[in-house]
Amino acid sequence: MTDATAAIEARGLGKRYGHRWALTDCTLTVPAGHVVGLVGPNGAGKTTLISLATGMLAPTTGTVEVLGARPTSGPRQLARVGYVAQETPTYAGLSVADHLRLGAHLNPRWDAGLARRRIEQLGMDLKQKAGNLSGGQRAQLALTLALAKRPELLILDEPIASLDPLARREFLQVLMDATAEQEFSVVMSSHQVADLERVGDYLIVLIDSRVQVAGEVDHLVATHHLLTGPRRDRAGLPANQQVITDSHTGRQSTFLVRSDEPIIDPAWTVSPVSLEDIVLGYMGHSSARSADIKMLGARR
Amino acid sequence: MIWLTWRQFRPQAVAAAVALVVIAILLAASEHSLASTYTSSGLARCHADCATVASRFIDKLGSLDHLLYFGSAALMYLAPALMGIFWGAPLVAREFEAGTHRIAWNQSVTRTRWALGKLGLVGLAAMATAGLLSLLVTWWASTIDRAASIAGGPVPVASGGAAGLHSTFLVLARLEPVIFAARGIAPLGYAAFAFVLGVTAGVLLRRTVPAMAVTLIVFVVIQVVVPNLVRPHLVPPVHVTSPVNVQTTHLHLNANASSGQVAIRLASAFAKPGAWVLSDTVITRSGAEAPDVSVSSGGVELLVPPAACIPTLGSGISRVAKCQSELAALHLRQSVSYQPASRFWPLQWLETAVYLVLAAALGGVCVWQVRRRRVP
Amino acid sequence: MIEFHLDSRSGVAPYQQLIRQVRHALRLGLLRAGDQLPTVKDVAGSLAVNPNTVLKAYRELEYEGLVAAKPGVGTFVTKTVSEASVAAHQRLSLELSAWIGRAQQAGLDLESIEALFQRAVRSAAREEAV
Repeated sequence: MTDATAAIEARGLGKRYGHRWALTDCTLTVPAGHVVGLVGPNGAGKTTLISLATGMLAPTTGTVEVLGARPTSGPRQLARVGYVAQETPTYAGLSVADHLRLGAHLNPRWDAGLARRRIEQLGMDLKQKAGNLSGGQRAQLALTLALAKRPELLILDEPIASLDPLARREFLQVLMDATAEQEFSVVMSSHQVADLERVGDYLIVLIDSRVQVAGEVDHLVATHHLLTGPRRDRAGLPANQQVITDSHTGRQSTFLVRSDEPIIDPAWTVSPVSLEDIVLGYMGHSSARSADIKMLGARR
Repeated sequence: MIWLTWRQFRPQAVAAAVALVVIAILLAASEHSLASTYTSSGLARCHADCATVASRFIDKLGSLDHLLYFGSAALMYLAPALMGIFWGAPLVAREFEAGTHRIAWNQSVTRTRWALGKLGLVGLAAMATAGLLSLLVTWWASTIDRAASIAGGPVPVASGGAAGLHSTFLVLARLEPVIFAARGIAPLGYAAFAFVLGVTAGVLLRRTVPAMAVTLIVFVVIQVVVPNLVRPHLVPPVHVTSPVNVQTTHLHLNANASSGQVAIRLASAFAKPGAWVLSDTVITRSGAEAPDVSVSSGGVELLVPPAACIPTLGSGISRVAKCQSELAALHLRQSVSYQPASRFWPLQWLETAVYLVLAAALGGVCVWQVRRRRVP
Repeated sequence: MIEFHLDSRSGVAPYQQLIRQVRHALRLGLLRAGDQLPTVKDVAGSLAVNPNTVLKAYRELEYEGLVAAKPGVGTFVTKTVSEASVAAHQRLSLELSAWIGRAQQAGLDLESIEALFQRAVRSAAREEAV
């Protein structure tokens, strides 16, 4: 997956339902060769963006390309992209085996061995009706269907949002195992960063159709710092330290800053920040200063 | 695509097959006695006065035959509607409701093929079911239909036979609208149309139950409109105008006791057994419709006859002659437009074609909507 | 064979946690030259962690000369931390224990000791960076 073409490339993408815009003027590049986490609060436009990328919706404005082609350009494009939809729908009246047969009939690159192996590993009964499966098993079945297609890109829309913690972990284990084995790009949306912290190596924070921050996870973690120390104005910080959030008490100031250089000012106590803190910082940042948002790293 | 469609359709297909088998057994079992009644009536080898023979055969039909005659006709009306409601409407709407279209649309098969596969396979199944059903019913009712055509016009039949329990019902020629739709190949067209109508409603409304309701309503409306407004004109009807025969010796006098009015009835000049009469009027010399004249299968009835025709005490033959000459002076002519019995099959083919074209057009709308409409 | 675990609340990047766990195991003698590390796929699958993260950790360890990848076979430990350095560790560890003892005698509680220690480590890191 050293392909130069982006997994998803959106330009001025917008979608309107009646009078309500679900996504407005969204421009972003989701790189290939990564497990990309698409994070944002509910209503940020994640599902709309994914629906547009999978061709389930047609854009009102702008364009979206997936692996360099239009989402609805034909069966070849459909074969290249695996999609696990929100709430992981399955045919309730069809058995697990029927679902595998369905995949085999409808996909030229179907890997029957892989599908059977995955289902066996999960200990699922082939004869069981999908309607009787647990939420976790249903999600696993939907994932297996998408994996056995042997896609170049796997798109998952909040696949684990409704699962219990154990089922979440199992789902992500299978997903990562498959990612290591099959080498495809993954785009996975979630409104919880915690879901993506380990599995994602690239993160895009989407708020109100805008990319707030995008970049490799390790780089984001390495360049964001939490500074605490004696009270100081945000103007008092060096120019290479970009303030994401700040809070002040009578004597103390706390800053979440982004800086590519190490923090050397001895007045500060510098603490590492988790990915979740970074994302929450940007969400707060966005609501506080949504007017003058700088698009960060969206085009790197 | 065919496999998935078949797999999803299997329960309905099995139900339809079971229903067909049950109906086949029922009809086949009762056909035996129907056939023997027919043979013993001598209608098959009749050379003279066949109308009477046919009426006698119809008279001898048992109550089970009556039940099946109308039951099977009702079934032929019901079956296409049921297929529209239970096969057509949920076909796509249920996928939208359950979100499973998101699985189907993300396999390596285009939506066009998905929609065509569903429409094609289940549509053919609907047509096959309706075809088999029609074949069964047409076969079972063939003797009655033949008798009805020969007897001419709707034949009142004394039901049951037990004295005092005379509930009459009609046996109709197969070209009459009620029976036409329950015979031959037209039900194939109805089934195809009703099915695609259901699918279209489902695609547009995206919800199963409202789609079912809309399917039923639209289908009923179409089934009322077509026989009344479309079918009569599929082939230009035949017009005949002939003078009303006033020389007929059996002048029927109809005295209405309560109003004191006297009407006279003349024999109808029109005698085409098995024809579908679209309009039957009596006109005067000027070509205008004669006032106070009603035409029915019984004949031409003059509600206000010439004075000479009103019987009085002591009147004799001379008065009859006067009545006849006065009637002749009216220059009454009977104008009939009708579809002759021989047009049964041409009309069947044409009507089937009309419904199939409608079904194909709606099918096009479905595919186009599925391609265009994006459902998240 | 070593088994990895991840602490998602530590604030330390997952790949660094993996590196530290390998180094730690080497120091404690749990891993020796010739031992195989779990495959990338196994670690990714069992920890539900991105395979790139595991790859990155292994590459860094390789760069440090602690492990070597044999294509198609796996990743193997190449270097055992020398006896001498283990001995040195022991001496330093003893000195540190003695220092902590003195700090406690001076009235510091354990938390204060930790804060002192961390500040010293950080200022050393800062000098190194500058």
